[in-house]
Amino acid sequence: MAINIKNVQKLFVIDGKQLEILHDINFSVADGQIVSIVGTSGCGKSTLLKIIAGLENASSGAVELNGKKIERPSEKDIGVIFQEPRLFPWSSVEKNIEFGISQSLSKQERKLLIKEHIELVGLNGFEKALPKHLSGGMQQRVSLARSLINRPKALLLDEPFGALDAFTKINMQKEVLHIWEKEKTTLILVTHDIDEAIFMGDQVVVLSNKPGTVKKIIQVSLPRPRDRTSDDFAHVRKLVFEQFFPKEEIPIEYNI
Amino acid sequence: MATTNVVQEKRIVQNLFLGIILPLGIIILWQTASDHGIIKLSVFTSPKSIGTEFAHMIEKGTYFKHVIASLERVVYGYIIGSALGLFIGSVAVLFKTFGKMIDPLIGILRPIPAIACIPFFILWLGIGESSKIGVIVIGAFWPVLLSTMQGIRSTDPKLLELARTFGKTRTATLFNIILPSAIPSIFTGLRLGISGAWTCVVAAEMIAASAGVGYLISYGRELAQPGTLFVGIVSIAIIGLLIDILVIKIQKKVLYWVDTENY
Repeated sequence: MAINIKNVQKLFVIDGKQLEILHDINFSVADGQIVSIVGTSGCGKSTLLKIIAGLENASSGAVELNGKKIERPSEKDIGVIFQEPRLFPWSSVEKNIEFGISQSLSKQERKLLIKEHIELVGLNGFEKALPKHLSGGMQQRVSLARSLINRPKALLLDEPFGALDAFTKINMQKEVLHIWEKEKTTLILVTHDIDEAIFMGDQVVVLSNKPGTVKKIIQVSLPRPRDRTSDDFAHVRKLVFEQFFPKEEIPIEYNI
Repeated sequence: MATTNVVQEKRIVQNLFLGIILPLGIIILWQTASDHGIIKLSVFTSPKSIGTEFAHMIEKGTYFKHVIASLERVVYGYIIGSALGLFIGSVAVLFKTFGKMIDPLIGILRPIPAIACIPFFILWLGIGESSKIGVIVIGAFWPVLLSTMQGIRSTDPKLLELARTFGKTRTATLFNIILPSAIPSIFTGLRLGISGAWTCVVAAEMIAASAGVGYLISYGRELAQPGTLFVGIVSIAIIGLLIDILVIKIQKKVLYWVDTENY
């Protein structure tokens, strides 16, 4: 599913004053592509994702899904993963995942679908567990399964691994890529982790701060699976870094 | 597992022991004081004579008649009162227009103590069962109403947003998110409601009744039988405690997802 972001602007009114959060955002995501959006905190990247998800409306401009304007959440096309897993503490893993199902299915079809997705995210044996008994990474897997169960054509991820430890984070990134390769879902990933943005994305959209606007779009043409320790990776990382920390700001010792 | 169980059991026994020291001390002190004539027996009587009176009442079969009479009223009043509280509380939050209409009414009526309504209820419903049950209904209604409203209002907006991304209907959101979110708070209300109901039944029975624990107390005063009076008072305490233990047990079962340390 191709996603087009066209001249999106978002204004908030705070204390009677109009504040521009997003200014003239333009970029497009081809079908099956992964686009990472990086920016410092407060640059409006989460707001942008909410607009793409249809949870908020743009003040002007539009987001188009295969040419059709998005005005409200469309659960069959778009899945959203938030930074917090947002699970129901009173429901088991199974029931939490079941909440995601939006088609009307028979009981058996539902059961089968849930079982499939529990396996997909590697939570076999935890079907009846409550969220409080799961680690942060496992909780995020449940949330992933819950979104994937509708087979959305696009998946929006809002700093999904931000709260996880470094090791779990890398594993989860690999797993999402694995699922992406299987399903060829279009992915938009909002993150403040530059490594993550490059590891995952075909394009890295760099947002600047106040108001959020597209500063640069960097194409990442590294072959997959990507090696974070390779020179090519380091080169792309340098390109992205320079967007945030211009050369002259780097201390002298760094250049020697 | 086995070792932790032993440790837990040890701790429970220890806590029980610590908790029993003070009440036991008071009873012993009371008994010694009355044995030595330090306190007025005609008012304070003694633990021993309270025990004798208690045994006597059980033997005659009057004790359980009174207790059951009170419990029966509480059960009816509590069920009606908390059901009303649950229903009106939910509707008041879920339907904003109704909520705005009922909010001022709640503000005006809530400060009136249920006990203050007893004379009115007697005037209106007579001195039969319905006037007493009516008072209990009010006693249980307020705490359940307020905590239901608070519980529903405290639903995590992030979960509501999640429901929107999945395109869920209002009804699905209500049953999957809003009501379960409200349950812990509702339970707090139900617990306050039962103690409110129990307080009201005693008060109502002291004013107009021919049976019940409250009646026992006022009967003991009228006939200057401190033994009977104290049997009534102690019964209120013990039954109140038992009800609370029961509610906590149910609460732990129903709120299985909430960590028990919080309660």
